[in-house]
Amino acid sequence: MPSSRSPLHDVVIVGAYNTRQARVLDQPELEVLWDAVHGALASAGLPLSAVDGVNVTSSVRRLNAREAVMMFGARPSWTGNEIGIPAVIEAALAISAGLCEVAVIATAQAAEYTDRAATAPWTRPSNEFVECWGLFTPAEFALMARRHMHLYGTQPAALAEVAATIRNHGARHPEAVHHGRFVTPDEVLASRMIADPFHLLDCAITSEGGAGLVLTHVDRARDLDVVPIHLLGAGTDKQGMAYVTAPVWDRYGEVGRRAGEQVFAQAGLRPSDVDVLEIYDPFSFEIIRQLEIFGFCKTGEGGDFVMDGRIAVGGELPVVTNGGLLSFSHAGLAQLIQKPISAVQQLRGEIPDALKVRNAKVALTSNGGSGALFCDVLLLGTELTA
Amino acid sequence: MTRAKTIPLPRPTALSRPHWDGCREGVLRVQRCAACGSYEFIPQAVCTRCQAGKLEWVESSGRGSVYSHTTVYRPPRPEFDAPYVVAIVELEEGWHMLTNLVDCTPEEVAIGLPVEVDFRAVSDEITLPCFRLRRST
Repeated sequence: MPSSRSPLHDVVIVGAYNTRQARVLDQPELEVLWDAVHGALASAGLPLSAVDGVNVTSSVRRLNAREAVMMFGARPSWTGNEIGIPAVIEAALAISAGLCEVAVIATAQAAEYTDRAATAPWTRPSNEFVECWGLFTPAEFALMARRHMHLYGTQPAALAEVAATIRNHGARHPEAVHHGRFVTPDEVLASRMIADPFHLLDCAITSEGGAGLVLTHVDRARDLDVVPIHLLGAGTDKQGMAYVTAPVWDRYGEVGRRAGEQVFAQAGLRPSDVDVLEIYDPFSFEIIRQLEIFGFCKTGEGGDFVMDGRIAVGGELPVVTNGGLLSFSHAGLAQLIQKPISAVQQLRGEIPDALKVRNAKVALTSNGGSGALFCDVLLLGTELTA
Repeated sequence: MTRAKTIPLPRPTALSRPHWDGCREGVLRVQRCAACGSYEFIPQAVCTRCQAGKLEWVESSGRGSVYSHTTVYRPPRPEFDAPYVVAIVELEEGWHMLTNLVDCTPEEVAIGLPVEVDFRAVSDEITLPCFRLRRST
């Protein structure tokens, strides 16, 4: 039993939806966003008129939530400001506090990444202490991975196993940008180096698309003809500004550990109760790190843990079953809520048969990572464990 | 590993200017807390360790060792000549900074190797505190 009941336990996710994802979307961004909103509401079985809480944004047009209220006929009374998992927490607390009853979180990105001579805009932090060194997100995370390899002997083959496993999940998902693109660990190791130890196939893809979630009060959800997914626990761990401070492993490498502990305490569960991990996968190494900090294995043992099919669908602990950022999509801010979305779809069985985790009841999701100096965690389940 | 002059250069702020002025003068400046003595980099308004003391600018020895490193083969912008080595250097005083290791090949770099600052002027205003391997002579 959890030590104390969380207000998050009053709230459920009732709708989850991804729009079409593509390397570059040739659709107007607000059209993609509108699809995300309507798709999420259809998944919840709720009409637009039921929405009284809004956190709806877009990347290029920079639509903000208060503007977006107009898309809902100016009826909603609550708007959210957070992104990703914190947006889910924020909306859930608003519902629990009675500020709104049905909240839509949706975001979209289209036609942003057009300069192919440079890496994607969101990988290039602009700051006086990083930009001049040719740093970008792969290098920031590589500095963490290198230190882990030095301290614990983590092997490139382990990173390649993670990348191949997740990419092969996406290869079997018809909605994945890299659908059909199967790779072996050897092919990961043979792909061109980006920032060592990361090869191209160790890194997230770049793509565009939209996504949406619908949350409501657990009482309201009883009237709906959908399987509600409960918020069992949530936590955030913010250790400073990402891509400014040097990503020093000894100070920041375990970012997210305390959030994970908080989440399991709220839920009254342990890591061994988790059936599937829809955790953040910007780079292969981050999976190894998170398996350690969330308590699925001991510090330094993540590299061995991921081998021999253990983290594949059908294995002991399936990880990133939709292909994640490495294969499914890595779109704007949508990719952040796509973690809880893939968890909801897995727990509801709304995923191709080849990727189904049988009898999955509890899913752990996360955003962020070591190189980003933050890690947000959300635990979802088919029933309240409190 | 030459640097094109068109790479994005730092734009010093009121907080960071003493660091960049020092680089131009050939001195590696870092903040130190007057209360707890810990070093602070990047520049902060408040000591992130004790939150109590005033931060003062002091001179670093400019010597340290490689804490972590990566060689970038796909640069974020075409202005960078890849491959180049990005490193976190742990200075003798115990603080860390991001930098480039210059005048070495990627294969020569390893965690723990001794390094020293190597100032490289890239504009009238900006000199970058790169580092080079300290080779025994």
